[in-house]
Formats: sequence, C-alpha cells, structure tokens
Amino acid sequence: MTTVQLRLEQGWFTVCATARLAPGRGVAALLPDGRQAAVFTDRRGRTYAIDNRDPFTGAYVLSRGLLGSTPEGRPYVASPLLKHRFDLETGVCLDDETQTVQTYLTGRSSWF
Amino acid sequence: MPHEHLSTIVVVGHGMVGQRFLEALAERGAAGRTRVVVLCEEPRPAYDRVRLTSYFTGTTPDELGLVPADFMRRNAIELHIGDPAESIDRAARTVTARSGRTFPYDTLVLATGSFPFVPPVPGKDLPGCFVYRTIEDLLAVEAYAKTATTGTVVGGGLLGLEAAGALSGLGLDTHIVEFAPRLMPAQVDEGGGAALLRTIENMGLTVHTGVGTREITADDDGHVRGMTLSDSSHLSTDLVIFSAGVRPRDQLARDCGLAVGERGGIVVDAQCRTSDPAVFAIGECALAADGRVYGLVAPGYDMAETVADTIVDTGERAFTGADLSTKLKLLGVDVASFGDAHGTAEGCLDVVYSDSRSGVYKKLVVSRDGVLLGGVLVGDADAYGMLRPLTGHVPPVAPEQLVLPAGLGGPALLGPESLPDDAVICSCHNVTKGAISACSSLPEAKQRTKAGTGCGSCVKTIGTLLPRSGDGGLCGCFARTRQELYEIALALRISSFTELLDGHGRPAARGGEGCEICKPAVASILAGLGNGHILDGEQAALQDTNDHFLANLQRNGSYSVVPRIPGGEITPDKLIVIGEVARDFGLYTKITGGQRIDLFGARVEQLPAIWARLVESGFESGHAYGKSLRTVKSCVGQTWCRYGVQDSARMAIDLELRYRGLRSPHKLKSAVSGCARECAEARSKDFGVIATAGGWNLYVGGNGGASPRHADLLVQDLTDDELVRLIDRFLMFYIRTADRLERTSVWLERIEGGLAHVRDVVVDDSLGICAELEALMAAHVAGYRDEWAETLDDPERLARFVSFVNAPGAPDPSIRFVPERGQIKPELPLLTLGATR
Repeated sequence: MTTVQLRLEQGWFTVCATARLAPGRGVAALLPDGRQAAVFTDRRGRTYAIDNRDPFTGAYVLSRGLLGSTPEGRPYVASPLLKHRFDLETGVCLDDETQTVQTYLTGRSSWF
Repeated sequence: MPHEHLSTIVVVGHGMVGQRFLEALAERGAAGRTRVVVLCEEPRPAYDRVRLTSYFTGTTPDELGLVPADFMRRNAIELHIGDPAESIDRAARTVTARSGRTFPYDTLVLATGSFPFVPPVPGKDLPGCFVYRTIEDLLAVEAYAKTATTGTVVGGGLLGLEAAGALSGLGLDTHIVEFAPRLMPAQVDEGGGAALLRTIENMGLTVHTGVGTREITADDDGHVRGMTLSDSSHLSTDLVIFSAGVRPRDQLARDCGLAVGERGGIVVDAQCRTSDPAVFAIGECALAADGRVYGLVAPGYDMAETVADTIVDTGERAFTGADLSTKLKLLGVDVASFGDAHGTAEGCLDVVYSDSRSGVYKKLVVSRDGVLLGGVLVGDADAYGMLRPLTGHVPPVAPEQLVLPAGLGGPALLGPESLPDDAVICSCHNVTKGAISACSSLPEAKQRTKAGTGCGSCVKTIGTLLPRSGDGGLCGCFARTRQELYEIALALRISSFTELLDGHGRPAARGGEGCEICKPAVASILAGLGNGHILDGEQAALQDTNDHFLANLQRNGSYSVVPRIPGGEITPDKLIVIGEVARDFGLYTKITGGQRIDLFGARVEQLPAIWARLVESGFESGHAYGKSLRTVKSCVGQTWCRYGVQDSARMAIDLELRYRGLRSPHKLKSAVSGCARECAEARSKDFGVIATAGGWNLYVGGNGGASPRHADLLVQDLTDDELVRLIDRFLMFYIRTADRLERTSVWLERIEGGLAHVRDVVVDDSLGICAELEALMAAHVAGYRDEWAETLDDPERLARFVSFVNAPGAPDPSIRFVPERGQIKPELPLLTLGATR
C-alpha cells in the first residue's frame, strides 16, 4: 500500500494510507509537536498539506473545507467557517493576501 | 516540474501553428517572463493560410494577417522576419539563422510546417511551374497568369481544387489532373466525387481523373507549353500548379540527428517532444504520437497548446490524435466531410441522398444502434455545422431526415438547441457549444474562445447560439444556472459532479476541482434527483462540512446535533433520552425556533456515539445541516385547543415525515396552524398551512429572517390529499427552477409571472409537468432513508468521523469549553491575524 507523508524539519512523517484521502476533501493530521496539518488530494491525485488553523477564526478547521480550483487551475481550499480560500501550493489566502498559512511538502511512499 | 524551461524559447517557423504557440505562451503568462525568439522564413508574419485563396477574391495579404498589431511588443517576443533557421546545434543548444546570427535556447520548438510535394517529372522546374502554399506563390501565379490562357493543376485534392478555382477566376481555361479515380479522394467517397465532378465540369473546368503526369513540356523559350499524361495523351497548358500533397519540413531536424519517420515527419511523443527532450515539434512538420502527420490547422493548434502546457503549465495536456473533419467552399461548391466519412466502422450503415441535377450529394454513416459516425456533404453543406458536433451521438431525428433538403422536411427541424452542450462547434479551436453559449456576442465569443477565427465554417452556427443575456452562470466553473444544471442532470441522468463539470462546465473549469459554490449546489441537485446517500462515493467530496459530518459546524470547530422532532411533538421518554445524551456527552442544549432541541459542542469523533444513542431511541436526523426541509412547526390544534378547527399537529407530523431529507436549493421551513389565529406562524414559512372550517389553506413563499415576507395564499379549502399533492408539486417545481441558495420567497418574486404563474403550473398544470413533479416527489418519499442510521451501519462512512486521521481516538485539543449558566460554552482562541507562521 502507499502512504501520504509530510516533510517536517526532522524528516518525512507518515500521515495515513493514501486510500484514506478522498479526492476533493481533506483530513487533519496531528503532528509530533502538537501542531495540526490539513492534508488534501485533488482529483488528479496530487496531494497538498497546509496548517489546519484558519487564521481568520482561530479554529482548526481547514481540513474540513472544500477543495476548488481557480480558472487558472490553482488548487485551493475554502475554509468551512467564513469561506476564505487558501492556495494549497503557497498557503496564501486568495481573499486577503496578508494572510498565509504554512504549507508542507508532501510525498508518497510505498512498500509491499 | 513547472517553470523548468522558462529561460529562452526559440521558435523555428512563424506560420499559423507557430503563432498559435506564441499566443498559448502569452495566455499562460509565460511570454513576458522569458525570452522568446521566433525565426520566420517568409517575408511577413504569420497569416491565415487556410484562407489563402481568398486573396483572389479581394482579401489583401494584410487582411490575412494573424498577428495583432502590438502582440510581439506587448509580449516581448523577438520576431525575425525573413531569417529562417539554417542549422541546429543540439549539444550547444543553439540555432543559427540564415543571417549568421546564433540564438541559444533552453527549449526549441520546431514549427516548420510542410512543403508542397512536386512529383519528380521532367520539366517540373520550368518557368510556368508553381506550387500553391504561400502568399508569394499566389503573387507569382497571378503575375504569370497575365500572359497565359490555359492553366493546369496537378492534384484534385482540397488545395488543388482551390488552386483550380483561383486559375479559373483569373480567366484561364483550367484543367485538373488527378491520379486517383475521383476528386478529393481523401475526403469524399465515390458518390461525393461524382457529384463534385458534375458540378465542376458544369462550371467549365476540365477534369482528368485516373491519370498521372509523365512530363512537362516546354516551348522554344523554355517556358511551359504543355504536359504529357500517363496515358500518353497530351495536354496543352501555359501554366502548371503542383498541388499533389505536402510533405513535412523535417530537414533541420534530420540534419541535427533528431529522429524522423520513415516517410518523413519529426517523431514526437504525446507532449510533442522530439527525441531530444529540449526540442519540440508541432504542426505539419511533426509525426504525431499516433503515427500520423496532420495537415490540418486544428490538430496543429492542439499541438501548440500541448507544448505550451508542457513547458510552462500543468503538463497534463497531450496530443494523441485529431478529428479530420473539413468543410470547404471549393469553386463555389460546398464540400464537407467529417468523422468516419468512408464508413470504415464494422457494420455501419449509409444513408444517402443524391440529386445529380443540382449536384447535391449527402451521405451519413450511422452505426447499427443509430449513432452518427460521419458523413460526406457535397453541393449543400449547410448541415455540416450541425452534423459534425452530433458525431458520436444519436441524432434527435432520424438520419434520413438529416440528409433531406430543408423543403422536404429535412434539417430545418434541427436547431443548435438540439446539440449536446459538449458538442464541438468550432473544430479549429476545439470550442464547445457550452463555451460559446456563455458569451453574449459574436465578437466576445471570438475573442474569448477563438471560436470562428479558424476556417470560419462555424460562424453561422455560433450566431444561432448567440446572443444570450448576461452570464448568469452558477459560479466560475459553470456558465449555466442551477436550474439549467438540474435539467441537464435530469435529462442526461448525470450522477456525478465530475461528469457534469467536465461535460457542461466552463471550458477553463473542465478537468478542474470545481469550487465551494458549485460543489454543494450540484450535490444538492444530484441528491434531489435521488442519486443515493450523500456520503457515498464522489458525492461525499461535494458536501460542505455540515453535510459531510451530518452535523452543524460551530465557530470553534465543534458541531451541533439536531434530532428530528416532527411537528414539535415529543414523548417524555424521548425528551429524557435527549437530556441524557446531552448530559453524558457534556453538550450545551437549546430549544430552537423550529420546535426542536439543538445539542452543541460535539467533537467529530463523538458524533457517531451520540447518534448511536439517539437512533437506538428512535430518533433520526433532523437535517439541520442540510439545504433541505428543516421542520414543520405546529400548534396543538383542534385536539386540545378550544379554537382549533383541524388537527394541525397531525398534519405537521405527516408533512414533516413526507418531506424529510428532501434536498433543495435552500433550506425549507414549514408550519401548520390549527386555526386563523396562526400560532404556528405558518405565513412566515416557505410553505405554510392554516386550517379552515372547510379544510386547509396553503400559503407559499413566506420568510422570516433578514427580509421577512408573508406567504401568499395559493389555494384555499383543500382536503388532506389535495393539500399534499399541491405541496408535492410546489416543492418540486421550486427545486427544479430555483437558483442556488434562493429561498422560495425570492424565487416567487423573481420567477416570471410570479404567484399567478406558479399557480398556473402547480394547480392548473399549464406546463403539463405535474405528473412528473408528483412522480419525482413519490420517488423521494419512497427512497428516504435516515442518513444517520445508514451511516452507523457502514464502517466505511464511520471511518471519517475522526479528528485526526493518524490518531483516530485522539480528541482535538484545540476544542475547549468553559462553564456558563450551568452549561458549557466555547473557549474561543485568541486571534492573531498576521502572525501566522
């Protein structure tokens, strides 16, 4: 099976089996230092990870937002609370560029 | 990796495909961020070679130009006119031009096009022999024709007939020599060729088929005098145009060691990459991944887009083949072929209409199950714009009707509205009906979609698709309204979001993710059409978080839970269960305005356990999280109240149980009052019922909230059955025609004809749809399942109810509560906007 991994300072961190990610939706992951990441996959199978905290409300909910893509094809997640959109590749809020959430490098590993 | 090659791109060749590539770069924002150098052999920038012959009917070379005035400057592109590439050094990654200048490249794009094939016959280079490819060729033919009386075109294909038409137009006695047994052998079948032959001969041209050219003979001055054909006959002619096909211009590629095909053409993969990963080839010089060289402009454009996408964008695009449909006006004769014109598919059938008096020949190829596979149209190709997009579909009328002339009950019946939305209208630029329909005028359509700017054969069809008022689309992904999408999903039995987006979304949105606006709206449409549980399959990803977790998200990331209490009637035992559940899970409880109880403060992972308790005690989902029926509020009615005239509580319960779970454009609220005192506030509801001595009065379109509206009386003194039937129709009509997030109050004000129209439709059945509306509601009622009970029975669905995917049992430490008035309230996090790490 394959797993989704996040790149943390100390190395790759396994989040879950790839199959746990449904295209267009996210999951939250608890990181070793207590922080939370929101991990997504899109319908093309690309994975993204950003910080789970919505800076506009302080709630840890970004993993529960809906994925979308801009007409230019940039993937984003819309926060389920006040619907601010965050670019999944850069973490920049598309509706207020002063706000950015951390992004994580993602990868997949497989073993048999 | 994107952006890998964004340093210097050298483009060799500035024809139609080369220009399209530059536009594709500019559209992707790449042209300004990188150095782009273009080497152009001809003495003028790219022009419309497809319309070359129109030069002879008055179009000036400038008018054929394809490059907007400031395009090169605006995009900082260096265009070197009349300075073709002479050699490529792949090791050094440089291109040397004829002027001696050398240009380094990171990415090289070969768009060198093709050259006319001239058969190796003696005399082929004599003065008076021409080819027919560039504006310069035409100028030369035009000048030479002034001293000629007879002209001959070698080759009876598309371009040959165009050239023959040009010679005829210049006043020459014109002959066509075609080696194959019929004209346009590649495009039309024998019948079509015969019709074409008759028409062309009637125009005074002489056609010689089934013969080749053996030799071109000269007069004493060394100019063309005539030709000897393969049957040894002699043809007197002053001018010869060779139009015997084209060959890929792959010499540059050969010279630098790139792989080329046995019969020519630079070998490329699906990304149009040559054997050298830094070099691409597009258009007629390329031997595409499917092993073909494409001599039409549309596939070339497709390749240009593919390479631009590969170099600077997602890299998802590929060129694996193309449609060879064509429509031309040759010598004033319409000729079109599309799809499987020769009927090569196994078991296919021909439908043929042939009228040799008027030179009209039409053949459609259909499969045994009625799918249109292709066709040939000669003499009357008006239907081409309609037929080509229908290829691959079952036409809405019988195929024999499609080939009959309009006066005989033929294609006049068939308007563009009968085309599917994904039908390609402009095949040069691959623009669909949906994309065109989203534009408000022809200029806008041309500018935004490029439709109609290639061969122009589709302009007439585009016109019939325009204008439409405004955009009015659902969102950035769909140019259609919710109502239109509902009708599409209903008619085409579409059951997934991606199917709807990829088939009926705006062109730029297709293949994308959709957005937070259309996903829930489409989910609601699909759910309203009874397409399964909302947590199943792809639909699971469309719901906003409330529908996803079947609960209502609150500001701190916790959820609230609302069990259904139909009509607001509840037994003491059930009331106790709610109290116990709230106590055991530490939830905050509040009575809602809809006569039920809301339980706040549940974490995601608690929801299944909470609901297990509730379902066990006979509760079911209250759908407080959905755009669906919330509650049917009621007074106690006649049973207890001394004023009541009907049993309002029973009716409220019946209605709530009938419409529970019904997905709609917005939430639906209702109430039933047992008398005119209206204690249940029914007139502030989407549909409200007030008891009368004679039965029930039905009110619709009421609203509380920010813009209150009293509901309007639809019909009075209804029996129970009449009431239910009318509400069935009303709700389904609303669901079918309302916009996204449009409450009934707004819908009733907006819809043309207002209340009177709604009454006409749902009471008097003016549209004849009431049976269908009732059937849809019956299907909903029959298909209702409690979403929470189903979820608890399904381990797969339950698996998503965790705070953390990698720590399923762990509670979310960010959700904390503090006490207030004997219950809990969220401990709200400190907001530190701007201090994100």
